[in-house]
Amino acid sequence: MSAHSSFTRRSLLGAGLAGVATAALAGCASSPIGAGLVGSKLNPEQLIFWNLFGGGDGSRMQTMEAGYRKTHGGAGSLQATVFAWGNPYYSKVTLATVGNQPPDVAISHLTRAKPLFEGDILEPITEADLASVGLSSTDFNQKSWEAQKTGGKNIAIPLDTHPLVMFFNADVCKKAGLLGSDGKLVDLDGLENFEKALAAVSKVTGGTAIAYGNVSETATPWRVFTTLYHQIKGSTPFISNNGSKLTVNEDDFIEVCTRIQSWVKKGWLNKGLDYAGAMSTMFAGKAGFFLQGEWEITTAQAVKGLKFGMVPVPTLFDVPAAQADSHTFVLPRKNRTPEQRKQAMGFIKSMLDQSYTWAEGGHVPAYLKTLDSAKYKALEPQSDYVKSAEYAVYDDPAWYGGSGSTFENTVGAQLGLVQQLAITPQGALSAIKDQLKVYLNTPSPL
Amino acid sequence: MTAAPAMTRATRTSPHTLATKRRSPLSGGDSRGAWLFLAPFGLFYVAFLLGPTVWMLITSFFNTSTVKTGLGSFAGFKNYGEMLGRADFWSAMWHTLQFTLYTTPPLVVLAFVFAILTNRVRRGQWFFRLAFFLPYILPSATISLIWVFIFTPGSGLWASAQQAVGITPGAGVLASPATAMIGIAIATVWWTLGFNFVLYLAGLQEIPRELYEAAAVDGATTWEQIRFITLPLLGRTTTLVILLQIIASLKIFDQVYLMTSGGPGISTQVALTLITGTAFTDNRVGAGSAASVLLFIVIIVIAVVRQIIDRSLARKAA
Repeated sequence: MSAHSSFTRRSLLGAGLAGVATAALAGCASSPIGAGLVGSKLNPEQLIFWNLFGGGDGSRMQTMEAGYRKTHGGAGSLQATVFAWGNPYYSKVTLATVGNQPPDVAISHLTRAKPLFEGDILEPITEADLASVGLSSTDFNQKSWEAQKTGGKNIAIPLDTHPLVMFFNADVCKKAGLLGSDGKLVDLDGLENFEKALAAVSKVTGGTAIAYGNVSETATPWRVFTTLYHQIKGSTPFISNNGSKLTVNEDDFIEVCTRIQSWVKKGWLNKGLDYAGAMSTMFAGKAGFFLQGEWEITTAQAVKGLKFGMVPVPTLFDVPAAQADSHTFVLPRKNRTPEQRKQAMGFIKSMLDQSYTWAEGGHVPAYLKTLDSAKYKALEPQSDYVKSAEYAVYDDPAWYGGSGSTFENTVGAQLGLVQQLAITPQGALSAIKDQLKVYLNTPSPL
Repeated sequence: MTAAPAMTRATRTSPHTLATKRRSPLSGGDSRGAWLFLAPFGLFYVAFLLGPTVWMLITSFFNTSTVKTGLGSFAGFKNYGEMLGRADFWSAMWHTLQFTLYTTPPLVVLAFVFAILTNRVRRGQWFFRLAFFLPYILPSATISLIWVFIFTPGSGLWASAQQAVGITPGAGVLASPATAMIGIAIATVWWTLGFNFVLYLAGLQEIPRELYEAAAVDGATTWEQIRFITLPLLGRTTTLVILLQIIASLKIFDQVYLMTSGGPGISTQVALTLITGTAFTDNRVGAGSAASVLLFIVIIVIAVVRQIIDRSLARKAA
């Protein structure tokens, strides 16, 4: 009897399992179970898009995604997922592609697309791909277009250039006598000229004149440093040979760092503020200037009663330069039918067509139809710093380099400490050398 | 454990299996049943714990890359050599130890003290239990956000408190290499105290009230009662709490990642942030595995040493 009852239980269980399996297999094509078990797509018509846009960028990207859905078959036509930016995002794109579950289209920083391509994570984009949706390589800002070319191949389609810019508080600058009759900031090029302006602003605010984040923040100190560093004539790349050689000009490094420390010592530059803190210091009129990527325009516009403007970072040394990167569209490696490829390209084209919306968020559009349009040229203060994109300095290519990378984190962390006056420029340089040593000596794992 | 009641039910009807049951609780057909019941857990254990551990050991000897299939070229002990020769590896190990030293004593002592105090409360004990345990149920992301807000330079709660008593706030606790780890430790103590607290509270409730009553009749003061009754009888709980705490602290990751991401500089970079960075950001699974194995060894050594100390103490007591 016992054997009998146990047999019944077992067969019942077996039948149940078989039932579940049948159901799963039957619904393979589009059921969540099928998607989970065998990786089939929930909706084959749907385009999967990954990006890393939060804040103002995030809401603008959503507007553009809505634009795509409207013209490409409704809500089901696009699944867009947002991840936290920086290293975690690129790890996810890498692991998903290695695991054969990549998105159809992904956003990548131009500087990060290079190591991804080197690691065989991205597919090159051919002229035929571009032509399939009516694009050609001449449709883009040539600075960013040339920058994305890797090994003679197109690896990414730039959406924008996003240089480091200088925000200014118009009320403070007016009091400091730095605004012209047209309400625009007077020319602050030249070290002497700039420092005079800092002194004037400092008098108005009773302290800080210029602010940028350096606590729990490594990207901004790096951006500011590399902008000023590349303004010095004959500056060398920080690293070269795909990150195997440290080629930074040490005198220039020390010069820039010493200058930054002298501003802190004079009370012109904040000693320790985090990203948001530095921004609100300027918004609240406790500083006249604020250095950051132009994307914070959205935040500034949201502050009630704030009168502000944006200009390229003044040329303090010999030549104009601005650290920059570009958001680009990339095609992670996967088996695609020609239709799927065209669908992906169609999505990219749709985003480019809507890049005026994107440009409102501060980014300098890479798509010439938008960049050269009268509508964009009339957009203020966006068009006031557009020339920064022409002398954009991208991070040196390295397998551990690019925006938000290990390289930026390592170097930026030390530069943050320089600003805190916690270490000397010389100390920062030797810490950087020490910490980069292992990366310089390790062959690329890609 | 879960298998036991079901098995007794199955055997009840059969005199034959009843007989075998008398010989051993798990023999013959019964043990097969037990294995079946254990199988789902065992499968996960092998697939997600043992398997990866073995894989970690293997890859640590190869130049394995995230983006390439296969193990990559053979590296021998090169990955280990690299890690042992890296200044930032040693600093990460030191920071891990530093964090453990900062968190373990307060987490054990405070949990003990608060448990004793709570246990003495007669009315509304639930409130104190809840209050101490509540932070523990929050995710680390929430904890980190709360404490990053508190430590925000200039405008955070900590800076405001400093201002209120007339101190000019500096760049903030998390901004200075000297204090950042302390800030993370404070957040962690506040967050995880509840777990040890509950373990202690459970231990306290197993001590018979009569012992205290007898001691009170004999004229023992409160302190003497704690010293001679509570502390010795909670010995096992303390051993468990300390060991669990040391291991948990050595595995510190989330708070550091979310609160300082290893900064300022690399002053709060701990072993696990270095390992994840090497393996997933730099795509060097092999080197990351080697670092991981080294941490694994440290944790095992600490666990074994504690076990040996406990045993010798127990032998002495007996």
